[in-house]
Amino acid sequence: MADMKVYFDNNATTPLHPEVKKEMIAAMEMFGNPSSMHAYGREARANVENARRKVAEFIGASEKEIIFVGSGSEANNTVLSLFVCGSSQCIPGSKSRSSIITTKIEHPCVLETSECLGHRGVRVRYLDVDQYGKVDLDQLAGMLGSDVGLVSIMMANNEIGTLQDIETIAKMVHESGALMHTDAVQAVGKVPVDVRKLGVDFLTMSAHKIYGPKGVGALFVRKGVPYCPLIRGGHQELGRRAGTENTLGILGLGKAVEMRALEMPYEEERLLDLKHILRNGIEESIDDIHFNGHPTDALASTLNVSFSGVEGEAILLYLDIEGIAVSTGSACASGSLDPSHVLLATGVNAELAHGSIRFSMGRESSREEVDYLLDVLPRIIQRIRNMSTAYIKGGMHAASR
Amino acid sequence: MLQAGDWAYSETLKEHFMNPKNILQGENTDEFDGVGMEGNLQCGDQMMVVIKVDKEKGVIQDCQWKTYGCASAIASTSILSEMVKGRTLDQAFNISPKEVAQALGGLPDHKIHCSVLGDKALRAAINNYYTRNGQEDKVKQEQAKVICQCMSITDHDIEDAVLEGARTYFELQERTKLGTVCGQCKDEAELLLEKFKHIHFGV
Repeated sequence: MADMKVYFDNNATTPLHPEVKKEMIAAMEMFGNPSSMHAYGREARANVENARRKVAEFIGASEKEIIFVGSGSEANNTVLSLFVCGSSQCIPGSKSRSSIITTKIEHPCVLETSECLGHRGVRVRYLDVDQYGKVDLDQLAGMLGSDVGLVSIMMANNEIGTLQDIETIAKMVHESGALMHTDAVQAVGKVPVDVRKLGVDFLTMSAHKIYGPKGVGALFVRKGVPYCPLIRGGHQELGRRAGTENTLGILGLGKAVEMRALEMPYEEERLLDLKHILRNGIEESIDDIHFNGHPTDALASTLNVSFSGVEGEAILLYLDIEGIAVSTGSACASGSLDPSHVLLATGVNAELAHGSIRFSMGRESSREEVDYLLDVLPRIIQRIRNMSTAYIKGGMHAASR
Repeated sequence: MLQAGDWAYSETLKEHFMNPKNILQGENTDEFDGVGMEGNLQCGDQMMVVIKVDKEKGVIQDCQWKTYGCASAIASTSILSEMVKGRTLDQAFNISPKEVAQALGGLPDHKIHCSVLGDKALRAAINNYYTRNGQEDKVKQEQAKVICQCMSITDHDIEDAVLEGARTYFELQERTKLGTVCGQCKDEAELLLEKFKHIHFGV
């Protein structure tokens, strides 16, 4: 068995912060329904509202602009689905603006919802990205017009970490009269996010990517922006999201952002150093590789690398045996048959997409872990390449040997 | 609370992934009697099988391989190379992907396509052996023609799907998963779809 356990899959999910865990355990007895008027209910309500204050403060919003939801996916579904209403009579004045613009590198919860809306009569257009995963602002300018109701662009990409200039994009979008949504699930708690500075109308965030519990997220909806709930039938969240509140989860989210506010400012430099060491170490010890994502405008925690002639699931499972957890853009690890749509959108060929590995570090990641990975990885790649058809005589990469 | 299993697939698969048997060392295939290769890197799977044959008995003495692919692909080529040793060329030619999957202790549905290239590469190697030894008459062309390399879908499969009700390319994909990986076979598959619709249903 492996000597060390290394968790480099923090973009998939994160372990609970010890302080979050402590607070949630202490609150385990709190079972009241926040809608009840008695003492049990008032206790739950007080904690839900306390968490709302913390979340609002963390992203520069006001409390009434925060809606607690069950996940980032739910928040994204809510925002996009609004525009089926927007194209009918629910939201006055928006009938003529029934098109949506999004990108080719969004999370599947945005892409598949967009596709579904397309079937329901909404016109959806997808922005291209460059080789680093940045959206094309000229293309966006060309698409914006009086028919566009919503633009949805993720702030930080989960696979390659590339950050978009949401502030500039939001200005362009507003000048054209449309609303702006950003899926900031991978950005909030990793880079500074202020909804006023960004100028967005909707913003999605999730607890479990920032050391909070799973099953809870928040949707920021700017005051005065038209809104329609996805889940109806209750007065919770001011009628904007029915269903009894996930009190423990919400409390955990509140504590998670509180801890992020304390730790985030000191973290970026440390993670950037680690990423630098990891990147250089891979570059020095392994040939025929390709780094994916933007070299500078990207999350400090995320490094995505493609290894020629090697399939990603094999790398993932050999690393797993060595105690190292990562993820891959290979089709084989996803249950689907297509490699990463994000990498393909950046123009990477299918082989390199199949051979991609994402290392996503977090607050617990250390130099020791990076060194261990750098010790193990070259041997694994060498071992897989030794059995790969890519490097045999007449094989795809034979010439490079 | 349940604990995680220590492995994603079967124990046999793990053994063949951790310690693959009969990997061809180096690049030289000259000392082998037959060489076969199938698949491509863009689809995510490519396998090469090389064999040594006891020419008098027509029995496979040695089988080695290279594979570009996932754990299931690596393990299925490894176990295949063990299975064929000592078999006659005829027996080896008839090994099916299903037998390989069974020998591995079963594969999840979405991994079946990862194991279908090994036996194809083996058949190519056997045919290559016949060709090299002046026994072209024994070369067995696959009865069916593979249209979709990625999912190993033949013209026969397409005909079956049409007979079972597929009328559009989308329905054909739903039934066969054809063209769902690299998509290069779309034009050819659409022509065959029209052909079989015409033959069987006159549309």
